[in-house]
Amino acid sequence: MKVQIDSDRCQGHGRCYDLAPELFGADDDGYGQALGDGIVPPGQEQGARLAAANCPESAVIILEET
Amino acid sequence: MTTDNRFSQELREERDEQQTGTLSEVITGPVSDWASDFSHAAPEWAADPFPIQDDLRQRCPVAHTERFGGAWLPTRYDDVASIAYDTERFSSRAIIISNFRPSLDLAPVGGSPPISSDPPFHHDARKLLLPAFTKTAISRYEESTRAYCNSLIDALDTSDEKGVVDAAQDYAKYIPMRVIGDMLGLPQQDTALFAQFVEAVLGTIDLPPEERGERLSPLFDYLYDQVRDHVDNPRNDLTTHLINAELYGQKLGPEHVVGTIVLLLIAGIDTTWSAIGASLWHLAGHPADRERLVASPDALSTAMEEFLRAYAPVTMARLVKEDMRFGDVDMKAEDWILLSFPAANRDPAHFDQADQVVIDRAANRHAAFGLGIHRCLGSHLARMELRVALEVWLSRIPEFSLADPSAVTWSTGQIRGPRALPLRIS
Repeated sequence: MKVQIDSDRCQGHGRCYDLAPELFGADDDGYGQALGDGIVPPGQEQGARLAAANCPESAVIILEET
Repeated sequence: MTTDNRFSQELREERDEQQTGTLSEVITGPVSDWASDFSHAAPEWAADPFPIQDDLRQRCPVAHTERFGGAWLPTRYDDVASIAYDTERFSSRAIIISNFRPSLDLAPVGGSPPISSDPPFHHDARKLLLPAFTKTAISRYEESTRAYCNSLIDALDTSDEKGVVDAAQDYAKYIPMRVIGDMLGLPQQDTALFAQFVEAVLGTIDLPPEERGERLSPLFDYLYDQVRDHVDNPRNDLTTHLINAELYGQKLGPEHVVGTIVLLLIAGIDTTWSAIGASLWHLAGHPADRERLVASPDALSTAMEEFLRAYAPVTMARLVKEDMRFGDVDMKAEDWILLSFPAANRDPAHFDQADQVVIDRAANRHAAFGLGIHRCLGSHLARMELRVALEVWLSRIPEFSLADPSAVTWSTGQIRGPRALPLRIS
């Protein structure tokens, strides 16, 4: 699983880095960023889904690997 | 070095005479039909707007009123979202509905940038403020906020033999006033003044402009004094930051500096006061939720988001730019939109059990802080204040109940929260 932030949608609500700080951080203006390459380590999928389910702008994108 | 005289009394008086805009006929009195004559200034709306919104969402999802010179009220989440995102057709030139529409010349800056600004100016003005309001920047105020909340509890007057205190007036109100005052670098002894300023801005929407101007004048007198003091004595605070800030290679105009300070002061107070009060009101009336949070403080993280969803304090406004079709209705240029995030947050098409407060709700994509480019600048500050205020209250006063449910009063207008909240705490 991989996560991305759609920067056109993100408005800096910060729900992603509130709920899953191991996967997301903030830039200097408070906009969300996926940490590192966005690859979700095994066992942290729930944090990624929680972040996506709570983003008011639907800016958290989850890429599931098949 | 030249003297910074942007904020002189003389220049200010010259500008005061230039305020122009359009007045509409003042229509007051009881609401005849909420679908065609709504009024968010009506007492029944203040007391309990949710059944009204739920009814409108079913039978007339974009309600109308001739009041305020014409206004629309969407109650479906999707309609609220599409208007919030559509800054091409809906302007933020004024965001508090009244019978006065400020001059079109005011766009794209507006009276209190950046909330009153439209693109592309909006983002440039907002960017000046964003770094000071990130979660990391705000975390610096958490310790002092916690100490202040504790001092408010210490000072609660429990001499009332029934053990009743007013949690809205003696607790919730002071927390955001003190914190934003500190951020702006305003003297702590002036904290109590700020509540009067909030009332002057938000409690006067039905007054004629001259009278409203008179009520607002002490606020501007006070802030111009404070700004001049900061020009003479720069400090490490938001006021000095704004005085020194530059946009497009120039320092900001005095209206921009003072308008933004008004925004930060007013928008930061009534709103968070309302959120803290509404949360305590809910817990006072729902002992199972209260006991759960006392026993499991970790549950507060989802509970407070649920309070923000269910009792979202803030409704914004927009102005229609040009005649247009929106869904099934014809909107006219200069019509107001009452952009009800509280109504969006209770749309059953977007939330399971939308009318229930579910403190463990895990997926909560609520719009309490708005949607799109005007996302509440102070959302991280508001969340910190709300969390700390509830943590301190629940740990210090784990048992409390509504002393008299009928004595609870709610503010009228676009910011909704308890203004009298008598709680029995012993």
